[in-house]
Amino acid sequence: MSAITTVCKRELRSYFATPVAYVFIVIFLVLSSAFTFYLGNFYERGQADLLPFFSFLPWLYLFLVPAVSMRLWSEERKSGTIELLLTLPITMWQAVMGKFLAAWAFIGIALALTFPLWITVNYLGDPDNGVIFASYLGAWLMSGAFLAIGSCISAATRNQVVAFILTVVACFVLVMAGFPLVLDAFRSWAPQALVDAIASLSFLTHFASISKGVIDLRDLLYFVLMIGFWLYASAIVIDLKKAD
Amino acid sequence: MIETHALGKRYGDLVAVDGISFKVEPGQVLGFLGPNGAGKSTTMKMIAGFLAPTSGSAKVCGFDVETQPIEAKRVVGYLPEGAPSYGEMSVRQFLGFIADVRNIPGNMRSKRFDDAVGRLNLEGVLEQPIETLSKGFKRRVGLAQAILHDPKVLILDEPTDGLDPNQKHEVRTLINAMARDKTIIVSTHVLEEVHAVCSRAIIIAKGRVLADATPAELEARSRYYQAVSLTAADTKAAKEALSRVADVAAIEVDAQDGRITAFPKPGKQIFIAVNQVLQERNIVVRELALEGGRLDEVFRTITQGRAQEAQA
Ligand SMILES: Nc1ncnc2c1ncn2[C@@H]1O[C@H](COP(=O)(O)OP(=O)(O)O)[C@@H](O)[C@H]1O
Ligand SMILES: [Mg+2]
Repeated sequence: MSAITTVCKRELRSYFATPVAYVFIVIFLVLSSAFTFYLGNFYERGQADLLPFFSFLPWLYLFLVPAVSMRLWSEERKSGTIELLLTLPITMWQAVMGKFLAAWAFIGIALALTFPLWITVNYLGDPDNGVIFASYLGAWLMSGAFLAIGSCISAATRNQVVAFILTVVACFVLVMAGFPLVLDAFRSWAPQALVDAIASLSFLTHFASISKGVIDLRDLLYFVLMIGFWLYASAIVIDLKKAD
Repeated sequence: MIETHALGKRYGDLVAVDGISFKVEPGQVLGFLGPNGAGKSTTMKMIAGFLAPTSGSAKVCGFDVETQPIEAKRVVGYLPEGAPSYGEMSVRQFLGFIADVRNIPGNMRSKRFDDAVGRLNLEGVLEQPIETLSKGFKRRVGLAQAILHDPKVLILDEPTDGLDPNQKHEVRTLINAMARDKTIIVSTHVLEEVHAVCSRAIIIAKGRVLADATPAELEARSRYYQAVSLTAADTKAAKEALSRVADVAAIEVDAQDGRITAFPKPGKQIFIAVNQVLQERNIVVRELALEGGRLDEVFRTITQGRAQEAQA
């Protein structure tokens, strides 16, 4: 078995060793259904799709994904197990990747458990299942990007609460990057090229186009690169901070 | 084999390890002694591949810890200070994880597992989550993890810290039993341990090596080495008699129990002469003993002498 799989399996198993994981999943399912049915006017819209669900998902992720990522490395540093892990014959990259994949799989499990919604729309009407599938894929990719950012921030501090708050802020900025709230802050002084660059970093813009069913390679690539970049940054931060 | 060359580590402005060089061969157990903050753990972290040295180099079994980290980590078993482990896992799961990461082949797996569990007496707690174990058992789990793959090199950072006397004895017996074909470094600030397990001792303070010798050689540096202690019915007469012995350099009387200690001049032996003079004068002694060296005294002299020098 490869080192990444071994680290990933151990990590994923540790999530389910305590009730926290189950509580998390329940909260996720309750909130996502509540958003979909009540705030999203699921029935009143009279349309068979999961648009209400997927448009609230980024906001739900904004708080729930940092709750998963906050302990990724802070916990290892606080308990000293980081010293054990990084003196086993694995590379830093394998450790970072293994732990990230475990968290990503966990979010994936929570997301997959929303399948009753998908069944419901098929029961009520005749949705475009291709679009829904693309939206699920996009949602999972987006959660990976959130997680990778969280992994890097969690590597920088032993304090999980600090890690949580900083991750929420960082993800909020990235989600909002395409909105006037963020762009106006730059527009007054930054050149237009930079403002455009920031706008193109927006999670929502890329997620929105995937969840319309348009699987554009550039949108996929955006999330994959985002994940790669932040995991690389995680490895660097861990190396810098592991001593203290 | 472990080899370090002018190994150094700075944390910002603080020099934690200041150019340490030594070589340990298979079959040797090197005791790493030094006061708290001496740089013992930092040195071990560098050899185990956790921290990168800021100067110098370290090799285990010929593998440089910086340029061939994976090969080096494969041959090392490491017990970090405080024996950290994943608390929510059971002992069996935890050791299984270590076996997976270390790629112990299927046919060796149960043999290695049984050996480590047996040596550390973990049979009774295999299914228990590690966080529910006592401190002594947690330490043993850490040790089991370190020896699971039967490594050529063992690095143990304070393996007996916080254990009760029986547990300490068990750990020392374990180290002795494994010493024959392995290269072992043990850090400690418990001096009695040095005699019990180490074939060689390095004393470090402020990141520098102050002494590198066998425990016996270190003891020979003690003022008490070859001194003679006695308690006599007539302390005054006994003291007077001892002062007649030519090779006695100094005599001290313990104010509390009246025990007299005669220190020899450097390199001299006084036991027989003391015996003779006591007999000649018919001095009744209740107890007469030849002293060995006192390691704690040597340790204090070496480490504090250097501290005072540094202050001056
Ligand atoms: N992460 C760190 N950052 C800054 N200073 C450190 C760090 N770790 C250890 N030190 C300092 O380095 C010195 C050596 O520490 P250490 O190797 O733990 O000593 P020992 O194990 O001999 O007690 C001490 O002065 C300690 O305060
Ligand atoms: Mg220490």
